[in-house]
Amino acid sequence: MTNDGFASDECSTGDGVSSEVILQAIVTGVLLGGVYSLICTGLTLTFGVMRIINFAHGEFLMVAMYASYFFVQSFHTESYVAILLVLPGLFVLGVATFQLLIRPILGAEPLNQMLLLVGLSLVLQNGALALFSPDTRSVQSALLYSKIELGDVIVGIPKLIAFATSIVVTLALYWLLRATELGRRIRAAASDREAAALMGINVNRVNLIAFGIGIGCLGIAGPVMLPIFYIVPNIGSFFILIAFVVVVLGGIGNFIGALLASFVVAITESLGALFMPGSTAPVLPFVLFILVLLFKPEGLFGARAR
Amino acid sequence: MSLLEVKGITKIFGGLRAVSELSFNVEAGSIAGLIGPNGAGKTTAFSLIAGFQQPSEGEVIFKGERITGLTPDVICLRGLTRTFQIMQSFPKLTALQNVMIGAYARHKSVAGARQHALRIMSQLGMADRAGELARNLTLADLKRLEIAKALATSPELLLLDEVVSGLTPTEVEELVRLIRDIRGAGTTIVMIEHVMQAVMALSDTIVVLHHGEKIFEGLPNIAVKDPGVIEAYLGEEMLVA
Amino acid sequence: MSAPRMIAAALVAFALLACLPMLLSVHQMHVAIQILLFAYLSLCWNILGGYAGQLSFGHALFMAVGAYTSTVLLLRTGLSPWIGMIAGGILAALLGLFIGYLSFRYRIKGTYFALVTLAFTEVGRIVALNTEAVGGAMGLYIPIQANELWQLKFVDKSHYYYVVLAFLVLAMAVTAWIERSAIGHRLIAIRENEDAAQALGINLMRYKLFATALSAFLAALGGTLYAHYVTFIDPNTLLNMNMALEITIYAIVGGIGTLLGPLLGAAFLIPVAELVRTTFGQSYAGVHLVVYGAVLIAVILYAPDGFIGLIRSWRASRGTGPALAPATGAGS
Repeated sequence: MTNDGFASDECSTGDGVSSEVILQAIVTGVLLGGVYSLICTGLTLTFGVMRIINFAHGEFLMVAMYASYFFVQSFHTESYVAILLVLPGLFVLGVATFQLLIRPILGAEPLNQMLLLVGLSLVLQNGALALFSPDTRSVQSALLYSKIELGDVIVGIPKLIAFATSIVVTLALYWLLRATELGRRIRAAASDREAAALMGINVNRVNLIAFGIGIGCLGIAGPVMLPIFYIVPNIGSFFILIAFVVVVLGGIGNFIGALLASFVVAITESLGALFMPGSTAPVLPFVLFILVLLFKPEGLFGARAR
Repeated sequence: MSLLEVKGITKIFGGLRAVSELSFNVEAGSIAGLIGPNGAGKTTAFSLIAGFQQPSEGEVIFKGERITGLTPDVICLRGLTRTFQIMQSFPKLTALQNVMIGAYARHKSVAGARQHALRIMSQLGMADRAGELARNLTLADLKRLEIAKALATSPELLLLDEVVSGLTPTEVEELVRLIRDIRGAGTTIVMIEHVMQAVMALSDTIVVLHHGEKIFEGLPNIAVKDPGVIEAYLGEEMLVA
Repeated sequence: MSAPRMIAAALVAFALLACLPMLLSVHQMHVAIQILLFAYLSLCWNILGGYAGQLSFGHALFMAVGAYTSTVLLLRTGLSPWIGMIAGGILAALLGLFIGYLSFRYRIKGTYFALVTLAFTEVGRIVALNTEAVGGAMGLYIPIQANELWQLKFVDKSHYYYVVLAFLVLAMAVTAWIERSAIGHRLIAIRENEDAAQALGINLMRYKLFATALSAFLAALGGTLYAHYVTFIDPNTLLNMNMALEITIYAIVGGIGTLLGPLLGAAFLIPVAELVRTTFGQSYAGVHLVVYGAVLIAVILYAPDGFIGLIRSWRASRGTGPALAPATGAGS
């Protein structure tokens, strides 16, 4: 949909695809995979809280990207500076959403929870449409066009930064969940709410924080993705579908699985663009998704919880 | 030929043997009690027999035919119906509608199903609660509803899973009488129970499970004296309600 | 309500609705047709989503299969859309059976089933965009010069009103049948508790597939109606997540799993959408969805059984409600 930022790096030659082109596509896929992993780590966190996939996750990313955009327009800095504002902003947004909308229905049927999130995504997406018009926007800076060459492969700096930032944050979150007390509590609450409460964990507070962090991830993803993608109000729809695919492929609730699956999906997309006719390449992740859901619903790497 | 022949069924979860080479027979027209301490594998055995889970080994023969591997709905239509320990009603339907769903197993028309369902509910003394939503019923009524639904499928073999637990002694007595009537009408029964009053009063034979294995099969009054059985229950409170 | 009273009420309602076109302006007619059309589509969705309890976001796909099938046949061979829609319906039913079989075989349900249908819709959109035979991204256009009933083409829009009204009555009849028949009761049982239903001898796959095929078939007919009303179809409007969501929202706001719910939902939300569109003049397509989203959130939070649920609670609290309440839907 909006991957024009990537088109400058590769050329789809159709027939006679050379190995350099394939390598380029794989590298592009890896870089993109890093970004997906950050988005999906947040999604996995919110899944642990709600036990369903947050349909509105893409819209929060869209909010983060627009916020970054307007930050850049106002302060004339690189997009990455916007993290200072957008990260806490998205965290607060996540916390507020949880308190006002999610907490009241945590005990309701999962389908109802899903519908509430669908409603939220409609409000956010179309609210953005009304406020910002359907025009695509992008940021401009010298940084955007700088590249480095690694052998036969050309790598855009913004993509490299996005990849590096995403991987670092994803791993940091993983460390948080594994090695800290807060992380243990989050995992306990995600795995069994009642048992965690019995152990003295303030489940509501832990869920609040986990949800906030899950959305807060997007406060980092947004600013680093802004230089790479054009933004439109419905960019959220594009990413949420990919995020679903990644999370299911990786095994719902499985952080490492989501990390690995991010790369699988991104590389599939990237290579697919080389070999698939017309612009049918985007269909690949969904076909993969359907196949996995049908034949290995616990994901390629096994679900931690479902 | 026994109505039900359970032959060496085994179920392994992860590394755990929930049920281990369980074999027993149930004769037509009898009531068999399946007892044992908590976690002995009784409900798992029911799930295996009724088709909700597949045994890792062994087979189940019903009316001379192998039913292992069939889905629960097919098994039900063949005449073997189970109730659930954690009650599985249709919460937003009325009690009558709940029972009608069971009746549809044998009655194609709505009117026929309704008639049959009403008859069953009268048998269970529930006719006056026909119009109540299932989620508004008391525990005792829900237990009866669970039986009514299963009964409405006109089963030859009924698997009752802890249908009297949680009831007052009077309620237990009523249900005991009811279960006798059901058997009198021709239905064979296997019941999982912790309430010894009911088990002893009703059962023709007792099968005792412990850690997934059968440790006794025989008459009730001998079961209570069997050292193995007593030892299995040591530390467990035997409800003598 | 007893059967004779209900039939009487239905006849009165039908008579009123039939006379309505004479009273409406052109613009109001447009709104009315939309209400009826989306109420119809929502009722189709309700068969699978409300009565069988399988929430689907794939009905835009079934609609599109119907719309594209009949339109392509019309444009290529001149085949009457009345026949084309049956072909489209059958294709949609087959697609529904395929998706359903794959999903139900592995006991996919709830939110995962919704996601699968969403994925299929997206695949459909991408395939349609890349298939020149169905017009690709440019879409297909149905030219209308004069009123031709057999071609389902009308210059005078009020004729569409009657056609859609007839289909709405059909959908309501089918829904009423589901509420009263043994097949329908089994579907409702599956919705309420799959395991219990199976334990009582109900073949889950058979009934879920039945509901899926029926729902898809009828939705496809609606797709043809839609195509002939708006006279232009393309993958980005038809196979849009928003289209799938709209159909669902009318049913949920009105009352999922009820006969009148979808109609109430559409009758309330579509005029609201029109109001939003005319008030915020410069707004872009889809802005009314902000309101839809907000209403959906409010409904889930405060009235999960929709308008019908509110009416029932109100009647029950006044003591006038029926003791034997028919099965309601997704409310928690």
